[in-house]
Amino acid sequence: MAYKRQIDRLPIIPADAKKHNVVCHYCIVGCGYHAYSWPANRQGGTAPGSNAFGVDLSEQQPAETEAWYAPSMYNLVKQDGRDHHLVIKPDKACSVNAGLGSVRGARMAEMSFSEARSTQQQRLTDPQVWRYGQLQPTSWEDALDLVARVTAAVVEEQGEDGLIVSAFDHGGAGGGYENTWGTGKLYFGAMKVKNIRIHNRPAYNSEVHATRDMGVGELNNAYEDAELADTIVAVGTNALETQTNYFLNHWVPNLRGSSLSKKQEMMPDEPHEAARIVVVDPRRTVTVNACEIEAGKDRVLHLPIRSGSDLALFNAIFAYIADQGWVDRDFIEASTSRDAPPRPPLYPERGVSDAKPGHLTSFEAAVEGCRLSLDEAAAITGLDPADIVKAAEWIAQPKAGGKRRRTMFSYEKGLIWGNDNYRTNGALVNLALATGNVGRLGGGVVRMGGHQEGYVRPADGHVGRPSAYVDQLLISGQGGVHHVWACDHYKTTLNAHAFKAAYKKRTDMVKDAMSSVPWGDRELMVETIMAAIRQGGLFAVDVDIVPTKIGEACHVVLPAATSGEMNLTSMNGERRMRLTERYMDPPGQAMPDCLIAARLANHLERVLREAGRASYADQFTGFDWQSEEDAFMDGYHANAGGGEHVTYERLRVMGTNGFQEPAVGFENGRIVGTERLYTDGNFSTADGKARFMDAPWRGLQAPGKTEQQAAYRFLINNGRANQVWQSAYLDVENDFVMERWPYPFIEMHPEDMAELGVGQGDLVEVYNEAGATQAMAYPTPTARRGETFMLFAYPTGVQGNVVNAGTNELVIPNYKQTWGDIRKIADAPRNVRTISFKSKEYSVD
Amino acid sequence: MARCSKLVDIGRRQFLRGGAAAAAGAAASVAAPGPGRAATPGARVDYPSTRLANLSELAPNEPLYVAYPDDQAPGVLLKLGQRVEGGVGPDGDVVGFTTSCPHKGFPLSYSAASRTFNCPGHYSVFDPERGGQQVWGQATQNLPQYVLRVDGQGDIYAEGLDELLYGRLSNVL
Ligand code: SF4
Ligand code: FES
Repeated sequence: MAYKRQIDRLPIIPADAKKHNVVCHYCIVGCGYHAYSWPANRQGGTAPGSNAFGVDLSEQQPAETEAWYAPSMYNLVKQDGRDHHLVIKPDKACSVNAGLGSVRGARMAEMSFSEARSTQQQRLTDPQVWRYGQLQPTSWEDALDLVARVTAAVVEEQGEDGLIVSAFDHGGAGGGYENTWGTGKLYFGAMKVKNIRIHNRPAYNSEVHATRDMGVGELNNAYEDAELADTIVAVGTNALETQTNYFLNHWVPNLRGSSLSKKQEMMPDEPHEAARIVVVDPRRTVTVNACEIEAGKDRVLHLPIRSGSDLALFNAIFAYIADQGWVDRDFIEASTSRDAPPRPPLYPERGVSDAKPGHLTSFEAAVEGCRLSLDEAAAITGLDPADIVKAAEWIAQPKAGGKRRRTMFSYEKGLIWGNDNYRTNGALVNLALATGNVGRLGGGVVRMGGHQEGYVRPADGHVGRPSAYVDQLLISGQGGVHHVWACDHYKTTLNAHAFKAAYKKRTDMVKDAMSSVPWGDRELMVETIMAAIRQGGLFAVDVDIVPTKIGEACHVVLPAATSGEMNLTSMNGERRMRLTERYMDPPGQAMPDCLIAARLANHLERVLREAGRASYADQFTGFDWQSEEDAFMDGYHANAGGGEHVTYERLRVMGTNGFQEPAVGFENGRIVGTERLYTDGNFSTADGKARFMDAPWRGLQAPGKTEQQAAYRFLINNGRANQVWQSAYLDVENDFVMERWPYPFIEMHPEDMAELGVGQGDLVEVYNEAGATQAMAYPTPTARRGETFMLFAYPTGVQGNVVNAGTNELVIPNYKQTWGDIRKIADAPRNVRTISFKSKEYSVD
Repeated sequence: MARCSKLVDIGRRQFLRGGAAAAAGAAASVAAPGPGRAATPGARVDYPSTRLANLSELAPNEPLYVAYPDDQAPGVLLKLGQRVEGGVGPDGDVVGFTTSCPHKGFPLSYSAASRTFNCPGHYSVFDPERGGQQVWGQATQNLPQYVLRVDGQGDIYAEGLDELLYGRLSNVL
């Protein structure tokens, strides 16, 4: 039976409730919300004067009303130690979401820590240490002293390379400018740690090095551009599910034609129609379906390419539009480099070094270097050549009167975690530059994003490029201490099977050693841990808001506060920066990550001084922050471009609309931002000229992929589901989500299922040479035979187990191109038999 | 990661006893500000028992549009043709649901082919054969379902709901 809350009324927000600015802390879109809170013993009433909306709540409210909230938007939380009602509801005045809440964001309140209503009781409340054979609570002093002593000892023996770090680099929950600065100042300021990786990839690198190398920052347009474009190109992004309200509030109006008057007003000198859209995705997603509903099938071109062949498609389009002359000559002359240096000697197979897997050059040289005929591209991609031509026409053919077509290019994990990331990214940016679609209304070539962004750190040049493949260091026994910040590699890394086996072995060695000595003898404890490390053991410290899978292997677990339990700043996919204000207390002793980093720095300084290492200890000064605002002022305000214009006080005034980074001034009480980048035609290179990339196709690039494809029957494509945020770290405690997806789904064609003897909901094993995992079969008639799609990073079946270790030269993982075999494990268990296996596609037939 | 699911249930009961009872108090005082001593309010709203239709009016897989708990709350009765949980009638196949989408209140339409409710607002899909489970969508609730009773004459009564309806902070206004 479907999960029902049996709630038939909710407390009413009183007229005098507190109201805080909130930005959804889940996805990149960063929807605006407000948190209303008021003491537990009070409530509003239905009369207009006694509720926050000023309307008569004894009447039914209409669709899209502001005067309603779902049970998931309500909770009872602590504020300054006292119980308060909390309602977190979407803000209609926010330009990002205009009052829309998604199935993820609209559960923020319900996903908060509440003792009164027993929600998120999994949250970490106290520091924990491995004591007497299990994790036990302790004080911050005790835990940080141990971490500092072991870290200092490892660094003394192995140098800073012995300290391995996994840390978020993004915004929103488990990140944000305060916290990236806190961790950044510790590891890149006080220390120069180079064995560091990010939450979703095994190295410290950019997911989009190529576009940056070409001088085009990846978040260069405004969400409004999706309302203004003639054509939207969506590559490997299932925006309805993963950037939901960006799609609903900015793409749909253009697909429907309801932004036409805005187009005419803003761009009066050219003809306008409703948008067309080209979707490049091997799978028919719900996004494709929604586009067809809104725009009509004849204005949606879904290109279901063979997995991993995007580069061939883009290169063929590039050559075709160049040959047709559908390019922006003036822009190319004025804003792109006309130099065409010689190709590196081993090109196209390899770049001049692993740091540069592509070749930056002029427009003409790039066209010739990339050139693929329509037939060649059709053979590689499996597409009809006529559809490739159609895509080229929709992208670049001039409009009536010879007016330049405005095309917005968007891409996300299908490209980023796809074959030959660097060149594919470059090839897509080639199309945008050739058609003059950067820095112009209705244009942009942008990643869609996963989390919000929130990066400000001291220089990271010492990390190097390519940076260290950190998972391989850990697997091969290197390093002595591992600091993990809001990462759960057991769920979110590639080659996860091998990683977990090695990690468990190494951390178990230290656990066993720790269990052999009394807790209170700190010197003996540190010496015993160090002895185990010398034998190949690893001491692991986990900082997180919830218990994680990797945390089960750790020796110290430190409780962090999340968004809303601290003030937190981030920016969204159009660089829109806002402050989420603190509206509730963190659970127990939990602290903001930036303050945990600061206190760890304080302890390291003390321990180093006690050990007589005064000059090294001096490097750990400057961490006397008492609040997250101190970290913000020390970090963003003093270091980010335009940061000098930005303070908490000013951000509070800017509300949920904030401003778009970079800030360029402060006028009339408001921060002045930047709607679009590169409007002046000056790009982010030394000479201000953008570069094209000579980026020829070279097949499946990452090691082991070609062999894997040949050896196994099924493509194990993978990605996200609408209902689930990230690795389900909070959703795992949400009945609404876990009832829908007790196990990760694997979408399969019904005939493939029949051939394997698999029924709907049956648990299947997905396996290959890299490992094995489990999923729940979801019959999907729109899936192609032999092509499956599995929910990624789910706790009850980790897709990363079957992703091999192969990456590109810059250590970008290639999750998407995974092949494996499938066999039945068991009939659908009870919790699966009650769920729906109907099509996820909206239909009215 | 193991958690005690009992705690969650206790939490829910506490919510029903605590927060909702307090809300009921306020509603009562607004509705009946008279001088007398107010009756102790119940922990839940009092649902009317409303006759919606007779079994004889239902044809298999054809929605019959109704309203419950008042005429501001559109809904539907469906005879699904196969026994489902929450189904009533001799075949255990009669169910009732609201037709206001719990996401933003758009009116749902019924697809007889897939036996789903579909929302033109933001494409949510609900499955009446699975208690109104949201197959896919943006609502944070499954579809509110009627508690139904059929009497000896085949009259179908709605007597409650299992989730909050869109657009009202109390299911009974
Ligand atoms: S679309 Fe993203 S940011 Fe907006 S409410 Fe949903 S999860 Fe939050
Ligand atoms: S109103 Fe139904 S999906 Fe939004």
